[in-house]
Amino acid sequence: MIRHLLSAADLDAATATLVLDTAHEMALLADREVKKLPTLRGRTVVNLFYEDSTRTRISFEAAAKRLSADVINFSAKGSSVSKGESLKDTALTLQAMGADGVVVRHPASGAPHRLAHWVDGSVLNAGDGTHEHPTQALLDAYTMRSRLGRLEGLNVAIVGDVLHSRVARSNVLLLHTLGAKVTLVAPPTLLPVGVEAWPARTSYQLDSVLPDSDVVMMLRVQRERMDEAYFPSAREYSRRYGLDTARMRRLPEHAIVMHPGPMNRGMEITPEVADSVRSTIVEQVANGVSVRMAVLYLLLGGKV
Amino acid sequence: MTTYLIKGVSVLGGPATDLVIRDGVVAQMGNDLSAVDAREIDAGGLVALPGLVDLHTHLREPGREDAETVETGSRAAAMGGYTAVCAMANTSPVADTAGVVEQVWRLGREAGLVDVQPVGAVTVGLEGTQLAELGAMADSAAQVRIFSDDGHCVSDPRLMRRALEYVKAFDGVVAQHAEEPRLTVGAQMHEGEVAAGLGMTGWPAVAEESIIARDVLLAEHVGARLHVCHVSTAGSVEILRWAKRRGVRVTAEVTPHHLLLTDERATSYDPVFKVNPPLRTASDVAALRTALIEGVVDIIATDHAPHTLEDKECEWAYARPGMVGLETALSIVVDVALDTLGWDGIAERMSRTPARIAGLTDHGLDIGVGVPANITLVDPAARWRVEPADLASRSRNTPYAGLTLPARVVATFLRGEPTVLDGKAVK
Ligand SMILES: [Zn+2]
Repeated sequence: MIRHLLSAADLDAATATLVLDTAHEMALLADREVKKLPTLRGRTVVNLFYEDSTRTRISFEAAAKRLSADVINFSAKGSSVSKGESLKDTALTLQAMGADGVVVRHPASGAPHRLAHWVDGSVLNAGDGTHEHPTQALLDAYTMRSRLGRLEGLNVAIVGDVLHSRVARSNVLLLHTLGAKVTLVAPPTLLPVGVEAWPARTSYQLDSVLPDSDVVMMLRVQRERMDEAYFPSAREYSRRYGLDTARMRRLPEHAIVMHPGPMNRGMEITPEVADSVRSTIVEQVANGVSVRMAVLYLLLGGKV
Repeated sequence: MTTYLIKGVSVLGGPATDLVIRDGVVAQMGNDLSAVDAREIDAGGLVALPGLVDLHTHLREPGREDAETVETGSRAAAMGGYTAVCAMANTSPVADTAGVVEQVWRLGREAGLVDVQPVGAVTVGLEGTQLAELGAMADSAAQVRIFSDDGHCVSDPRLMRRALEYVKAFDGVVAQHAEEPRLTVGAQMHEGEVAAGLGMTGWPAVAEESIIARDVLLAEHVGARLHVCHVSTAGSVEILRWAKRRGVRVTAEVTPHHLLLTDERATSYDPVFKVNPPLRTASDVAALRTALIEGVVDIIATDHAPHTLEDKECEWAYARPGMVGLETALSIVVDVALDTLGWDGIAERMSRTPARIAGLTDHGLDIGVGVPANITLVDPAARWRVEPADLASRSRNTPYAGLTLPARVVATFLRGEPTVLDGKAVK
């Protein structure tokens, strides 16, 4: 039984599989005429966003509404949180409002963990700093499973700014739990010190990893990282680690290309690759709603 | 002045003896003593130590009296068995002038709970660009001998060299907070496996070690004294070992928390474990304990760093670094090192040597007839549970909340006057 989803490590294989199976049922619902389920009627879900992320917020909002929950959007911009109210005071406010679930996006790693100490409802980490983004990993796993039919034994290359990526951390943990084999590909500067302890292999050479990959997941790389000397220039980065059509041809026939978005087209991925048939980028967005419905349903409905 | 007759105390773990404390000094020492009109203290089973001396205390006054004042910090120190503390300079205003150090010194005298020896800033405003008036602070009523920009590193090598050289004129010492700032931009915790998993920016060991290596070479080059604050890594220990073998005049301190806690604590994301330098790994802890026993690290200093609830009950990244430590230091040291150091070794590292480094001639003296009665009585058999609300410090940011620790301070005497009796603050 888990009450919060703070880290992909909170999910064992059985629970993670249950989430993916439930997400599949939710996806079938989306094809029906009446898209709403009454499951969370009378329950309140608060979207607490300290970072601008319209796409993630909308995804959670759509998921909660399709389950008939009442949704309150609590954005940091222009509210008391931007006027210096502490996270704890905000938590106590949400507690007083009777929030059954709090979906939190925060620039500080660990903020959802802190929040979980102060509210009785379920806390869902929607991305915290450079730590984790567990529902992104779930929707990525869901997408891989629907495209390739399985997760066990898949070779997944995660390419780019692993050091600053919450998507990478959650994916490594979840994919390992579900039996996939992860290889992290990045310049040495963008792999964290201590990465050896992760259940993943690492490589500095994208070209040598591609032929054995069933999945290649490109991470967003901010151009500004070059100002901190993580790499010399955007041009050199994309030449060594960007995915273009020539590189894509090194992939096996069945392999898929993923990106959590938002993309830096021309930096880590070329438009041709992003829009190719291998690309799952649009599906990932759609799957995000189903997976988040499943997570809300299982956590708030007390099913996990 | 009340006379005290302490019966049956074990001085540094030796055989039981009686002490008579009169007129600020130890008047008599021996068996079966009596003294008319003396207040008698049954000290059977207690150990007497020379009053503890903390080389690294943040008292927060002036500027952050909501976190600590000279008075509340002095009381916390007395409760922890201290008779002298060195008050760090990172107050607001910064203790970088004779006026501010004299103010702190006077506040300490007025509180009268421990001797408060102000530390002077090395550079104006701790900004690391221009030397503060070190000589004026040395010549002031506070007679400053330790200079430190603690909280910041004197990172400019030329400025550090000049500071080391300049304070030789009045037998001063520069206490360096060793942290290469370019290597710790945005740092939140020790850089390593735990930080990698938690997604927190790392504070690499090399940021400390590279500064210590540079500074011991500078100290050797100009023949000056250097003190290294809160050594936290195994690599720093190796550099210090090397420097001491070469005869460099360097001393070093370790905090109780670096002797006990590791970076694993950060997995809670509770900022009570956020401190600078950060908690390191188990192998660093082991190396620090060995270094303390071998004398490569000379002393224990608390780095007592009180913070308000608002500065700690928040996201890790937004929290201020630091922990309170005055009231728990002796217990932690007893816990981790009594069996190897013995009471004499603890007295050496928590009283005699810090007093010598700070130039506090009334402190760190072995208990004997005619010696100023700065004395701490400890119950080594007692065990106590750390309750943040019970601390004498104004702040509650102890990393040991709920922990049961060995050894309790029963009484502290400052120049013959008790500041703590029966485990309670006298004033
Ligand atoms: Zn410091």
